Amino acid sequence: MARFVIRRAFFAIPTLIAISLIIFLILDLAPGDPTGNLPLTIPAEIREQIRENLGVNDPLLVKWLKWNELMFVNEPLEALHDTTGICIGECDGTRARIISWSSRSPAMDIIYQRLPQTLWVIGLAFVFGTIIAIPIGIYSAYKQYSAFDNIGTIVTMIGYSVPTFFTGLLAIVIFSSKLGWFPSFYDSTHDVQFTSLSSIWIQIKQLIMPVTVLTLFNTAALSRFTRSSVLDNLNSDFVRTARSKGVGERRVVLVHVMRNSLIPVVTLITLSIPGIFGGAIITEQIFRVNGLGALLITAIGQGDVPMVQTLTFIFAVLIVVFNLVNDVLIGFLDPRIRYE
Amino acid sequence: MTVTGNEDLDVAPVADVAIVGDLGKHRTLRSDVWRQFRRHKGAVLGLIILTIIVFACFIGPIIYGVDPKAIDVPNANQGASWNHPMGTDNLGRDVMARVLVGGRVSLSVGFAAMFVGLVVGTAVGTLAGFFRWLDGPLMRLTDLFLALPLLPLLLVVVIFFRDPLTERFGESLGIFMLVVLIIGLTSWMQTARVVRSDVLSIKEEEFVLAARSIGTKSRRIVLRHILPNVMSPVIVAASLGVAGAILTESALSFLGIGFPADFPTWGRLLFDGKDYLQINASRVVWPGVMLSLTMMSVNFIGDGLRDALDPKLRSKG
Repeated sequence: MARFVIRRAFFAIPTLIAISLIIFLILDLAPGDPTGNLPLTIPAEIREQIRENLGVNDPLLVKWLKWNELMFVNEPLEALHDTTGICIGECDGTRARIISWSSRSPAMDIIYQRLPQTLWVIGLAFVFGTIIAIPIGIYSAYKQYSAFDNIGTIVTMIGYSVPTFFTGLLAIVIFSSKLGWFPSFYDSTHDVQFTSLSSIWIQIKQLIMPVTVLTLFNTAALSRFTRSSVLDNLNSDFVRTARSKGVGERRVVLVHVMRNSLIPVVTLITLSIPGIFGGAIITEQIFRVNGLGALLITAIGQGDVPMVQTLTFIFAVLIVVFNLVNDVLIGFLDPRIRYE
Repeated sequence: MTVTGNEDLDVAPVADVAIVGDLGKHRTLRSDVWRQFRRHKGAVLGLIILTIIVFACFIGPIIYGVDPKAIDVPNANQGASWNHPMGTDNLGRDVMARVLVGGRVSLSVGFAAMFVGLVVGTAVGTLAGFFRWLDGPLMRLTDLFLALPLLPLLLVVVIFFRDPLTERFGESLGIFMLVVLIIGLTSWMQTARVVRSDVLSIKEEEFVLAARSIGTKSRRIVLRHILPNVMSPVIVAASLGVAGAILTESALSFLGIGFPADFPTWGRLLFDGKDYLQINASRVVWPGVMLSLTMMSVNFIGDGLRDALDPKLRSKG
C-alpha cells in the first residue's frame, strides 16, 4: 500500500508540471500589461524599468522556471519557517517570493489571509451536505416509490437544477430585504471571539445564508447519487443471501448494502472537493465573501498575472491531491482492489 | 429473417421480449425507447416545458413585439403591469422582452457548446478505443483536462481573449464563438471516457470481425458499425451537456465576464438585476425562474433518456 501511494504521488509530478506549463502559456499568451493600471503621468522609460524589474521581458522558459523555483522551493520553505520556525536558507525576510503585481506583497500571504473565509463557508456547507444527504439517499432508495422517495426525488432534482446564484439571490430577497433576519453580505472583518456568545452569534448569522445555499446544492447532488448507488445494490445476490440466512433488516441495509454503496459515494465526495472551491467563486460573489474566489476575480480584473497563476495552480494541486486521496481511500474501502 | 408460415416456431427462438409482448405489430428500437421514455412522467413534463420555453424564446419576441432595447426612463423600475408583464429595469426597458431575447442566447450557447463538446468527446473516445496506439496519449490528455481547474481558466481565457476576438468577428459573434468554443472544449472529457469504454467492448463483437473479414476499411467500420452502437451514452451525455453548458454560460455572465451588457442572457440579466434587488426583485426572479425551469427540464429529460436507453430497464416493460 505504501509503495502504491508513493508511486502514485510520483506520477502526479508530471501532471502538475504539465498543468503549471498550461496555465503559464495561457497567461503568457494573454495580452496584459502590469503597468496598465499605473497613473498615466509615469514616463515611458520608467514604465519600461518597472517591467524589467518584474521580469516581464524575460523569455518564456526563463519566466516559467523562475516561477517554478519560487512555487516549489521558496514558498514551501517560507511556509515551513512561518509555521514551525525551522529555518532553511534566508529567513530574514529577504527570500525571493511570488509577488502580486497589484498589491506588491507576496501572493501567498494574501492567500493565507483569504483562506479562512472560504474554508468557513465551503467547509461547513460541505460537512452539512454530506451529513444530510447520505441518510436521505439511503432511506429514499430503501423505500423506493414511497411518498418520501417521490417527494425527495422531485426536491433533490429542483435543488440540483436551480443554480446557486439564483437561490442565493432569492434568499437575499426574502431573508435580508423582506424579513431582515440575516445580513445580505459576509463581514470578514468580524473577529470571532469564541468566549463571547454574541460574537459567535454574529458569525452564525452571517454564515447561515451562504452555507444553506451551498448545502442545498451539495445535498441534492449527493443524495441523488447515493440513492442510485444504494438501488444498484439492494437487489443484488449478496443482499438476498444475507436476508435468507436471517440477518436483520437494519444490518442488511446499514452494513451489507452501505459498505458497497458508499464506495462510489466516497469517490464522488473526494473528487468534488476541489470543484467546490471553484464553485466558491460564485457563492462568494453573491454574498460578497472576501475569500479565495473573490481574490481570483479581482486579480483577473486587475491583470495581476502572478496572483492568478498562483491561485489557479493551487486549485490544480487540490484536484491532483484529492485524486490521490481518493485512490488511497478506495483502496482501504474496497477489498476487491489490489494495488500491485 | 423474414417470417413466413410457421410463425410461432420462427419467433420463439429469437426470445425477444418485445415481440412476445405485442404480437403482430412491428416494433423498432426507436418506438421502444419512446415508449419507455413516456413512462417517466418528469421527463415528459420536462420535454413539454422545454418545448414551450424554446418556442417562447425564439418565436415569442416576434409575437410580443416589444423592443428589448427601447429605453423609457420615466417608466423605470416598475413592477408588473399590463404593458410590462414582468416590469421594467432601471432604464425602463421591458424585462419580459429582455428575458425572452436573453433566452435565445442562453439556449443557443447551451446547444452549440454541447454539440462542440459532444463531437470532440465522441471523436477522442472513438479514436482512443479503436486504435490501440492512440489510447495511451489520448487518455492521458483526457486525464490532464480533468485535472485542470476549469472555471478559473475559463474566466482568464474569456477576459484576456475577448478583445482580440471581438475586433475580428464583431461584438456579438466574437463573444458567442469564444463562449461556445471554450465551454465545448472543456466539457468533452466524460463523453470521451464513456465512449471509449463502449468502443473497447464493441470492437470485439462478431459483427465487427465479420465486417473486417470482408475487407471493410477501418474508417468505414468506425462510421457504419461502431458509432451507431455508442449512440445511447452519447445521447445521454448530450442532455447533460446542454444543462452543463447553459449553467456555465450563465455562471460566467453572472460574474460579469460573459456577454456584454447590451447583449442579454439569463445569467447577465441576473448579474445586472442583483444590484436592484431592493427596488425591483422581479428583475432577478424572472430570468432565474426561466433558467431554473430550463435546467430542470433538461435534467429530467436526461434522466428519462438514461432510463429509456438502458436495455436492462427497457426489456422489463
